Amino acid sequence: MTDEPSLNLFQQQEANRRRTFWLMVGFVVFFAWLGFGGDYIYHLYTLGAPRRAYHHDFPWLGIGLSLVALALAWYAYKTGPDKVLWSTGARELIDPTDAKEQQLVNVVEEMAIAAGVPRPRIWIVDDPDPNAFATGTDPLHSHVAVTRGLLDLCTRDELQGVIAHELGHVKNLDVRLMTTLAALVGAVALMHDGASRMFRPGGGSRDEGRKASPLVLALLLVWIVSWILAPIIAQLLALGVSRKREYLADAMSAQFTRNPLALASALQKIEGAEAPTTHIKRGAAHLCIADPLGRRLTEHEGLFADALATHPPMAKRIAILKGMGYAQLKKEGGAIS
Amino acid sequence: MGSLILLALLVVAAGWLIGAYNGLVSLKNQTLNAFKQIDVQLKRRHDLIPNLVNSVKGAMDFEKSTLEAVIQARNQAVKVNAAGPEAIKQISQAENALSSALSRLMVVVEQYPQLKATGNISQLQEELTSTENRIAFARQLYNDTATLYNTKQQQFPTNLVAGVAKAQTADLWELEDQAERAVPQVDLSTKPKA
Repeated sequence: MTDEPSLNLFQQQEANRRRTFWLMVGFVVFFAWLGFGGDYIYHLYTLGAPRRAYHHDFPWLGIGLSLVALALAWYAYKTGPDKVLWSTGARELIDPTDAKEQQLVNVVEEMAIAAGVPRPRIWIVDDPDPNAFATGTDPLHSHVAVTRGLLDLCTRDELQGVIAHELGHVKNLDVRLMTTLAALVGAVALMHDGASRMFRPGGGSRDEGRKASPLVLALLLVWIVSWILAPIIAQLLALGVSRKREYLADAMSAQFTRNPLALASALQKIEGAEAPTTHIKRGAAHLCIADPLGRRLTEHEGLFADALATHPPMAKRIAILKGMGYAQLKKEGGAIS
Repeated sequence: MGSLILLALLVVAAGWLIGAYNGLVSLKNQTLNAFKQIDVQLKRRHDLIPNLVNSVKGAMDFEKSTLEAVIQARNQAVKVNAAGPEAIKQISQAENALSSALSRLMVVVEQYPQLKATGNISQLQEELTSTENRIAFARQLYNDTATLYNTKQQQFPTNLVAGVAKAQTADLWELEDQAERAVPQVDLSTKPKA
């Protein structure tokens, strides 16, 4: 339990760096396909047009979309953390005003020492539902945010477990991948909305009774389907990327605090609070320690849940943590309380 | 053809050597850095104690000896200025004495509810809990890093380069006695009121 994650830490970080890179490349390539594909279809369509009519020879759509996607990917990577924090309405905690906030600052500093990372910036989301998330691009530029509900509900030990979990995400660079993904999901939704408006029938439809060839029609179909699927693919990516990471971050939290039972009881409390975290929207859901939307899906495992849930089943996470805790107690010869 | 294979083997061997050497050096520096972190946290505790003592002095005339023990242990710990292989043992001895003096003070404060009732004390209690935790976690990080470093330099085949990288077994920070072991439990009983 102690050595395994730290031995694999370097590989974890490398994998996350690589995945972030390919995620951005995939994003740009996808939009390039949409752009140049559209150009090609339009080109084929106007090939047989009369000499004086418009011929689509220059792929302005492809170049334009690729450039926009490139700029968006870069922008998403650079400002992802700010955007995520902004979307949740978090406020930065600089001067703690009450005992609970002071305790949070202390706990974050303690866990930063345990994890061997610089202290992240601390944010509070004024929401009564307990939840927490981390964001950032690397340990030097990282942020940890907790809801007011978490502060009020958890004991010091439990808070420690939750913060250690978030710092686990920071240390193995999960935050980079997940934040970039969140920003890109937002960008896809934005572009999709804009493009749907552009291509709405009536806008550019100039059918002059010319028959399109089957090839053009088939290409057009694939292209339209791509447009429709874009946001769905982005959502599925966001879901798939986050689930396995939660188990790993739980294990890292246990490594930092040596107290897996505290995180287990914190998760139980978070699970027990029924209300969804209203301040955290769908786009940032996969960053949180527990599903902020309170979806029933996370209660089971199975094909359907595996495909659609952002988080692994809470019961399984708690069971694994308790297993760690009891193994530790047994080794130390202490009594199981 | 034969010489080509030999060359390839040499390149692979050189690559491995460089990797193993750099890995050891990096671990060594991480260990040193983790040790410095303990120092930083100990210094923080030394600076905190005079404040703590001042704020409880007026409220607890009755437990003079407990307070004096803390002050004495603190001054003892500040004085230790050892270097070299004996450093860890000396520092940890002085600091462990300070830890147990502090934990006795915490127990005393717990026993007098009227002391806890003043906001100042509960704030200081939180500070003290945090300070003790910071030291514990800094030690934990140091011990983990040092164990990793020690294991690496003893394991085959990395042990072949250990001499070249001037790798030396790092001492672990050990707890002196059972009483010291129990300190975190005393600290963590200061659960915030729900």
